Amino acid sequence: MPTERQLVDASGFTRTVNRLAHEIVERHRGAGMLGIVGIRTRGDYLARRIAAKIAEMENVKVPIGTLDITLYRDDLRGRLSQPQLKTTDILYDISGKNIILIDDVLYTGRTVRSALNALMDIGRPATVELAVFVDRGHRELPIKADFVGKNIPTMMDEEVKVMMKETDGQDAVFVVQQKS
Amino acid sequence: MKLSSRHLLGLDGMPAKDIELILETATSFKEILNRPIKKVPTLQGKTIVNLFFENSTRTRISFELAERRLSADVVNFSAAGSSVSKGETLKDTARNIEAMKIDMVVIRHNVAGTPNFLTQVVKSNVINAGDGIHEHPTQALLDMYTLKEQFGKLENVRVCIVGDIAHSRVALSNIYGLTTMGAEVSVCGPATLIPRGIEKLGVKVFYRLDDVISKVDALNVLRIQLERQAGGMFPTLREYHRFFGVTKERLSRVDHPITIMHPGPINRDVELSADVADGPHSVILEQVLNGVAVRMATLYLLSATE
Repeated sequence: MPTERQLVDASGFTRTVNRLAHEIVERHRGAGMLGIVGIRTRGDYLARRIAAKIAEMENVKVPIGTLDITLYRDDLRGRLSQPQLKTTDILYDISGKNIILIDDVLYTGRTVRSALNALMDIGRPATVELAVFVDRGHRELPIKADFVGKNIPTMMDEEVKVMMKETDGQDAVFVVQQKS
Repeated sequence: MKLSSRHLLGLDGMPAKDIELILETATSFKEILNRPIKKVPTLQGKTIVNLFFENSTRTRISFELAERRLSADVVNFSAAGSSVSKGETLKDTARNIEAMKIDMVVIRHNVAGTPNFLTQVVKSNVINAGDGIHEHPTQALLDMYTLKEQFGKLENVRVCIVGDIAHSRVALSNIYGLTTMGAEVSVCGPATLIPRGIEKLGVKVFYRLDDVISKVDALNVLRIQLERQAGGMFPTLREYHRFFGVTKERLSRVDHPITIMHPGPINRDVELSADVADGPHSVILEQVLNGVAVRMATLYLLSATE
């Protein structure tokens, strides 16, 4: 039987999103040169929430985009079936901007590596920073987040589930252990 | 996501969900073609050989660009100047090339069924880039993608294929694909160039362009292969143009705009008048761009099914 423990509930989720938005604006002294890019699927929803919060605080509309990193994954070779491709949707020029890359969980770092390569193919941002909702450790690449919602130390056989209203019906974070 | 076959030989019998998957995947690749850097690392380390036993500009360049934009290694082979002229059989040619560690083969050949034969002698994924008068599946897929882009769907879209239906692999693949996707397909051309019994594939037949033109949303105009005239299939090119040429004058008699497609190369002022080919409803160059996206999608999806 897999066991589940809840670490964040809906109100905690909102508070963490708000704090991330505050930290980003604070470090950049405003939101003028910011651009936000969310990694599909939940990174995209997080990006929208953070952008909405920044708009509310600073009264500026930060451009948002969505990145699909499928074609840049390093595990495509030797698969029996290709992952479903979705589109990258970044309708503004990222060149010269301070890009905040957003994902829900930072784990091995391989997704972020793919995302960085994908971003560089689209333009030349002035800087790229990484914001994640959960950092669960176990990095396989030299990658570190600039903004972290929650540090959650985990075991390798555990799974971190970030759930969001937009796709999962509720805002919450669970840690699931597969073994009985 | 996975196609039901590890080869793309034709659209005959291909399930609708496979066609849908390719068209949907192509949308993602079209976005890449509009980026400043039109390349993704997806097929890094894969080697693809383009075996072309018949002349081609568009299809070969389109396949090659699709392969390179996915970062595959590409080898081009054309029959002229190869050991084929020394009498080597196709089986030996293919097996020798494959012995050099090839992952996928794209083949165009003037004999129908060659790609199918190839699947029996090599282990690579085989993609048909046109075999004789049989099929040209990627062309039909890009035609369908273009139609879907224009009309938002394929179901009940009314398409007429005009010209030499009997000798056209583009026509046959389009008929199979479009009928599978629920489009309303008709064909139109001189009686000598319409195969008997083609109605059995679920298409309507017209022998006069003016009879069908008001009842369609799109015309897919085929190239008149000039050698057919010498074969006595129709008297003169001028006569063909008069009865089957798609002209501005003819289109002006219809009260709705008609999307004009052509697989190329165009014989200007034979099957299509120049002002229509370059006119506002022509999507011919859009088809060419979509061809690269559709071929990228096909290569991407087939590369998984090992």
